[in-house]
Amino acid sequence: MNKRDFLKGLILFFPAGGMLGALAGMLEAKEAAPAQTGTAGAAPKPGPKAYDPKSHYYGMGIEIDKCIGCNRCVEACKAENDVLQEPFFFRTWIERYVIKKDGNVVVESISVKSKAPKEASQDDADVLRTFFVPKLCNHCVHPPCVQVCPVGATFSTEDGVVLIDSKRCIGCRYCIQACPYGARYLDPRTKTADKCSFCYHRVRQGLLPACVEVCPTQARIFGDLKSKASRLVRFARLNKIHVLKPSLNTEPKVYYAQLDGEVR
Amino acid sequence: MSEVLHELLEQITGFIYPNEVEIHWSLLIVVYPYITGLVAGAFILASLVKVFNVKDLQPTYRLALLTALAFLLVAPLPLLLHLGRPELFYEILLTPNVTSAMAMFGFVYAWYLMGVLLLEVWFEYRRDLIVMAGRERGLMRWIHRALSLFSTDTSEAALAFDRKAIRAITIIGIPSAFLLHGYVGFIFGSVKANPWWSSVLMPIVFLMSAIVSGIALVIFLYMMLAAIRKEPVDMRCLDTITSYLFYAVIVDFSLEALDFIHRLYESEESVKILGKLITHKLFMSLFVLQILIGMFIPLGILVVAKWRRLNEDGRKLLYFTAVILIQLGIFSTRWNVVIGGQLFSKSFRGLMAYKLEVMGIEGFLSAMALLALPFVILAVLIRVLPTKRLADEASGAAPS
Repeated sequence: MNKRDFLKGLILFFPAGGMLGALAGMLEAKEAAPAQTGTAGAAPKPGPKAYDPKSHYYGMGIEIDKCIGCNRCVEACKAENDVLQEPFFFRTWIERYVIKKDGNVVVESISVKSKAPKEASQDDADVLRTFFVPKLCNHCVHPPCVQVCPVGATFSTEDGVVLIDSKRCIGCRYCIQACPYGARYLDPRTKTADKCSFCYHRVRQGLLPACVEVCPTQARIFGDLKSKASRLVRFARLNKIHVLKPSLNTEPKVYYAQLDGEVR
Repeated sequence: MSEVLHELLEQITGFIYPNEVEIHWSLLIVVYPYITGLVAGAFILASLVKVFNVKDLQPTYRLALLTALAFLLVAPLPLLLHLGRPELFYEILLTPNVTSAMAMFGFVYAWYLMGVLLLEVWFEYRRDLIVMAGRERGLMRWIHRALSLFSTDTSEAALAFDRKAIRAITIIGIPSAFLLHGYVGFIFGSVKANPWWSSVLMPIVFLMSAIVSGIALVIFLYMMLAAIRKEPVDMRCLDTITSYLFYAVIVDFSLEALDFIHRLYESEESVKILGKLITHKLFMSLFVLQILIGMFIPLGILVVAKWRRLNEDGRKLLYFTAVILIQLGIFSTRWNVVIGGQLFSKSFRGLMAYKLEVMGIEGFLSAMALLALPFVILAVLIRVLPTKRLADEASGAAPS
């Protein structure tokens, strides 16, 4: 290859790379809401009619080793969903696990800024392993919250999201008691139950949930279990995955890779 | 609200999920199963007279019925007041979710009130209402006539039908009373997320403790009423009824002990945190109030009263002390279930704190008001509906 051919190749290579990048971008959009994109090459036609909930089934993957505990997902979630800033109301939060050599486990929610004195800085020599675990509503296939709601205000959508109709909720809080994951709280402004909605308002428009969007390390992977091209399906293929409290048979749809046995 | 949560946040020990700081089911939800338990217990006591023909208990039959009614009328109030959106309560009746145990409340309640209790009260009092209306003038006459639904037939055939109807209703009523309170136990027992609640024994434990508290309450009311009216207490009745109480407490205690031993022996994942819960958070209310003061001491008192051949006054004093202690114990039982079940994290790594408010809808004062209200209703009921059957062709005034 002489210099001339090499330069020619370069001229072709970079635009081609750009094209590939653009294609990848389209694929990602398709995964969030494939029904919105038409046949190959046609421009996406967004609109309420284009969205068919039957052709989606959403879930989330979390790669524990990638989470750096920056808490940006929590902040993005609070901003996006108008969640109260006080440290008692979280649609998503991050837990930090420090497992020591003597078997002691110290867990802390780093999303809560407590006035209580922080744990003395860990002596590295004592620490066996440590990691962060993002938590959120698991959007269970068999959600106990939906089962117990006396008025049907909380329900599972066809596309696999557990939502709350705050106009129908009577604030009895049975769902909060029934959730094994502590994912629910009572919004003091409306006196109704509230929790993560997978940012349903965004997802339906082909966008990613706010927490997934802002995660700097892509520790959170959102996707459609019905789409073969989904990043979530790929995530499930490439990782050994586990869910929280499987013995309760709630069948969570938040899948964890590298989940430690200490996490509950 | 927020200040309270900040205060509670500082009292957390170990790790809890951040949304768990707030204790969602507060004192009013303690009052609710306590009251429905009294209803079921009082009704079952009344049923002993009609279904099992325990003649000794006849003097307390009507009192037990009215007690059940007075408390049943108040039972939905704590639930209603506790709702975040009480103005939407009708949703639970109009669009009930059939898989929700709580959604069945309206139906179980309506059935028990209309299908059982009011019917039985009506058949039991129909003749007396007619007799009283015949003797009275003015407002009371109209009240009694209206309550009898303007029936006038006091022939032997009609009275025989009343008796048959009461028996039939009571036979349906016993399983209904079991349903009412067993169902309340199921609301808690079916929450698989909460190992303190999730137990198949929960409805049965609720039921037995309901019978204990209901019987104890009727004894208390019977003795109080006799004292107020300066009438002698029927000691045969009192001795029999306290025997039932004694055995009910023993069965109740055995069931709770079984539950405890079962949990300890199975020693599941939650056993450590539940151990911390009962030693750190519930020591006073579980070991001291519920078990020692609410069960062991009353059992001891009843044993002494029955087998030491005490005189009437001595027995009365001991019975009276025992039923008050038992009442305290059963209230603690409800507290330990409802509040206790919310004082440990579902991460099984930490304990929360509960602060009892004094004022406010969910506070101490409103709970006290709700507990006092049935007694007020009962006082009115007794004034309108005599607790003793009117003698035939009686000349004296109706006892009030």
